[in-house]
Amino acid sequence: MKKLGLFGVMAALLRREVSVALRQKGEVLTPLVFFVVVASLFPLGVGPESALLLRMAPGVLWVSALLAAMLSLQRLFATDHADGSLEQMALSSTPLGLLVAAKALTHFLLSGLPLVLMAPVLGLQFGLESRSLGILMLTLLLGTPTLSLIGSIGAALTLGVRGAGVLLSLLILPLYIPVLIFGAGAVEADAAGLGIGGHLSLLAALFVLSVFFAPLATKTALRISLE
Amino acid sequence: MNTQKIHWFKFSSPQNFYFLAGRMWPWFAVLATVLAAVALWIGLVMAPVDAQQGQGYRIIFVHVPAASLSMFVYLVMAGWAGFGLAFNTRLSGMMASALAPTGAILAFLSLATGSLWGKPMWGTWWVWDARLTSSLILLFLYLGFIALQSSIDDPRRADKASAVLALVGAVNIPIIYGSVYWWNTLHQGASVTVKGASIAPAMLWGMGLMTAAFWMYAITMTLVRVRAIILDRERHAEWVKHAVE
Repeated sequence: MKKLGLFGVMAALLRREVSVALRQKGEVLTPLVFFVVVASLFPLGVGPESALLLRMAPGVLWVSALLAAMLSLQRLFATDHADGSLEQMALSSTPLGLLVAAKALTHFLLSGLPLVLMAPVLGLQFGLESRSLGILMLTLLLGTPTLSLIGSIGAALTLGVRGAGVLLSLLILPLYIPVLIFGAGAVEADAAGLGIGGHLSLLAALFVLSVFFAPLATKTALRISLE
Repeated sequence: MNTQKIHWFKFSSPQNFYFLAGRMWPWFAVLATVLAAVALWIGLVMAPVDAQQGQGYRIIFVHVPAASLSMFVYLVMAGWAGFGLAFNTRLSGMMASALAPTGAILAFLSLATGSLWGKPMWGTWWVWDARLTSSLILLFLYLGFIALQSSIDDPRRADKASAVLALVGAVNIPIIYGSVYWWNTLHQGASVTVKGASIAPAMLWGMGLMTAAFWMYAITMTLVRVRAIILDRERHAEWVKHAVE
């Protein structure tokens, strides 16, 4: 058998995750549709005044993206846990933290990235200008990887637990608050004529912190779940 | 019986700690009652009427201790959780799960008294002030911990999983608080501050003693609750049958 380096293992894992996900297209598309539906409900709820919608747009789009990204988190480890491949991964010589990071990366590629690409379309419906749309995409691009990483902790903790879906949201949503504040805040700050350098730096800092700590916590949580 | 020295590790066994806690909690309960009675007397009778807020400010004597302790209890809980993960001791997890409901109650109490205070002073039950919002988030973190603990059947696994959650929460609390403060200054600029005129010594005493009373209360409740948890988890052990007879 060919011996793979760390990056080889990671690339193989990424390939596997992406091909599994692409064979079940519903898993990729459902959160995306959910994102569109939730964002479309807000104008119906608060009324069609364009000034109000414009004011709310960054927050609404960010909250909807947050919920959509969370929706697909449950399946992050669940199917691999069910068919036993997760245990094989945990037993393999490759560090579990690396495997977890690869999992989070695929979660971002398959559920975060589509949200980033879909957001400007919804932003247009709320009347955001092209400059704001660009910033919205940028903050989502910086923020959704953090969501995937933090979310992986929750997914590992709730693995095989009763009522995992609702529990996951209770555990993870409070931890998403900083990302939400800086993500939606950047778009608003720019619209108000303020600089957004601070927001973007803090989003990047949150990303770096979660790259370092989240795989560690997820790894520990997975080992506990697999005991 | 060994009479030379106290073996502290002796009390890391749930069985021994059960009896130690049983001897300790009445003392803390008495202290809590006495301190609370004195603090209430100072707060309601001795302390002068506030120049700006009239009689209404007196809720501060419950509000401030509850708010400060609700934050501290989370740290203690995370400390026990981390200790349990690191040394694989059973009692640590039980202590963490015994602390969680007390912390959640205190967080809720600080929110409830805060909004009761806010209505006459600010004219509204709730404002999205940074301090209020971060207390609300703290309550959510407690509820998440309790929910995770109660949804896993195996107590050892529940302890470990919720320990990871408590540690993740403890790392996140400063980040969440910082971001909430940033968010608030960005949205509404200068917001309501609770600081009135200078605080009279009697008010300070009332608050200090009430904080001490809340500490004693929290210790009492945790000891009583950890005793119940120990009995529940060790119910198949021989000593429990004798202990509850």
